[in-house]
Amino acid sequence: MSFLTYLKDGISLGSVYAIIALGYTMVYGIAKMLNFAHGDVIMVGAYTALMMITRAGLPALPAVLIAMATCTILGITIEMVAYRPLRKAGSPLAVLITAIGVSYLLQNIALLAFGADGKTFINVVSLPSLNLFDGQLVISGVTIVTVLANIVIMICLTLFVKKTKRGRAMQAVSEDRDAAQLMGVNVNGTISLTFAIGSALAAIAGVLLCSAYPVVTPYTGAMPGIKAFVAAVFGGIGSIPGAMIGGILLGVIEILGRAYISSQVADAIVFGVLIIVLLVRPTGLFGKNVQEKV
Amino acid sequence: MAMLEVQNLHVYYGMIHALKGVSFTVSQGEVIALIGANGAGKTTTLHTVTGLLPAKQGSIVFEGKDITHVPAHKIVEMGIAHVPEGRRIFSQLNVYENLIMGAFTRKDKAEIEESLATVYRRFPRLEERKAQRAGTLSGGEQQMLAMGRALMSRPRLIVMDEPSMGLSPIFVNEIFDIIRVVSEGGTTVLLVEQNAKKALSIADRAYVLETGTVTMEGKADELLHNEAVQKAYLGE
Ligand SMILES: Nc1ncnc2c1ncn2[C@@H]1O[C@H](COP(=O)(O)OP(=O)(O)OP(=O)(O)O)[C@@H](O)[C@H]1O
Ligand SMILES: [Mg+2]
Repeated sequence: MSFLTYLKDGISLGSVYAIIALGYTMVYGIAKMLNFAHGDVIMVGAYTALMMITRAGLPALPAVLIAMATCTILGITIEMVAYRPLRKAGSPLAVLITAIGVSYLLQNIALLAFGADGKTFINVVSLPSLNLFDGQLVISGVTIVTVLANIVIMICLTLFVKKTKRGRAMQAVSEDRDAAQLMGVNVNGTISLTFAIGSALAAIAGVLLCSAYPVVTPYTGAMPGIKAFVAAVFGGIGSIPGAMIGGILLGVIEILGRAYISSQVADAIVFGVLIIVLLVRPTGLFGKNVQEKV
Repeated sequence: MAMLEVQNLHVYYGMIHALKGVSFTVSQGEVIALIGANGAGKTTTLHTVTGLLPAKQGSIVFEGKDITHVPAHKIVEMGIAHVPEGRRIFSQLNVYENLIMGAFTRKDKAEIEESLATVYRRFPRLEERKAQRAGTLSGGEQQMLAMGRALMSRPRLIVMDEPSMGLSPIFVNEIFDIIRVVSEGGTTVLLVEQNAKKALSIADRAYVLETGTVTMEGKADELLHNEAVQKAYLGE
């Protein structure tokens, strides 16, 4: 039974990675940049939700919604202030370095505001746990909500991208920015929308992550952010189902590795798997092999 | 007054002075050809007209409105569609979705359906392949898609950049037939072509571009019989 417990934990953690990875993958697909500050937006989301609950005394749901709104505004602002001017200058390396800078900036602001000590996070999910196999496998409410949230988000995003006008504009910008503009698509607006969606999802991920592992520090987002980035690459960066499958696989590998091999090298295993996958399939599991005709 | 008036256009790529004072006009209903050797600045000119490149100097006036500094994504709504060099269709989207992207700024659902029907009538191949991923179309079909997509915005002026590039003679003829039909349908055409002979044969007037400046202009049939043009661009 312990295997099933590990598997469940892995899927749960992986679902959080998947939700973060969606933000990475969409921003990469559309803005063609790695937003390394994405992980820290998770941390901002977690702190905001926590403050809303403990200081403002709000119930969980409105607190989460406020966290999502805060992160959305934060994401849009970061993009407009830090990345957009550099995008015009056309230097991907400068954007990357700026993203790393924004990441440290957010961490340091959190450090100033909340201190380095971890704050105990309050589980926002009040659902009862599910006992299976005579109580040998306990699935907590947080796990259930996390996995369901992941599935719902993934379905909604896929429908949004494939079936709506704005979504199709995103696909167009992702493939050919100039051609999209010639169709009348506002590229900056589309990129803002992408950051808005990714950042709102980061807030959800932050709340779910800290509900399962109930401490939040200024560095809470950093490692999950990197893992989610790995998950996005693993699944094929730019691909929505890829982010989900990549995230879950990564979570499962990490938890199983920690349980059966060694908790010290679990992270190394995660990155090792990534390297192997990329050697075999450089575009990731769901990466697009774009074939273009001339 | 001309529909499109381009005056003294200067465009740079960093330090490279690509357009050095290009001027030309396009009147309502005309087919204008812009011909010139590789690197003359034809694509640069079209990109500047539709806002993909900034003009350092000069002006572009369309239907009396100064559009010199209008951003690219606002141009199509003003009535100009651009069929870019190399087709630039959205290869991950299917044929139908590409065409619908062409109508991105339109909100009239019923009329969009009508335009779609018109495009399908003009390009029956596209209707047959409407659910096919655009990246898997042949080069000629992709060109038709790029033209159909541009027509979906119901432009008053359509600018086309080398629509016959890389196509077999049959497709080239088909593309030129379509340009003629589009023009007869009332859309003004600004056509950039390497295939100068074909371009001059359907154009009303033409401009010859050489290293960023207009060196000749005139009636298309006169240029077709001009000795210098024949030597340089018609291979005679
Ligand atoms: N992105 C760019 N960066 C720097 N120089 C450029 C760029 N694009 C074009 N140029 C230069 O500007 C000049 C005009 O190029 P342009 O593409 O407009 O020519 P063209 O007439 O369309 O040629 P072709 O027939 O080969 O398409 C060329 O000298 C070209 O090298
Ligand atoms: Mg060109």
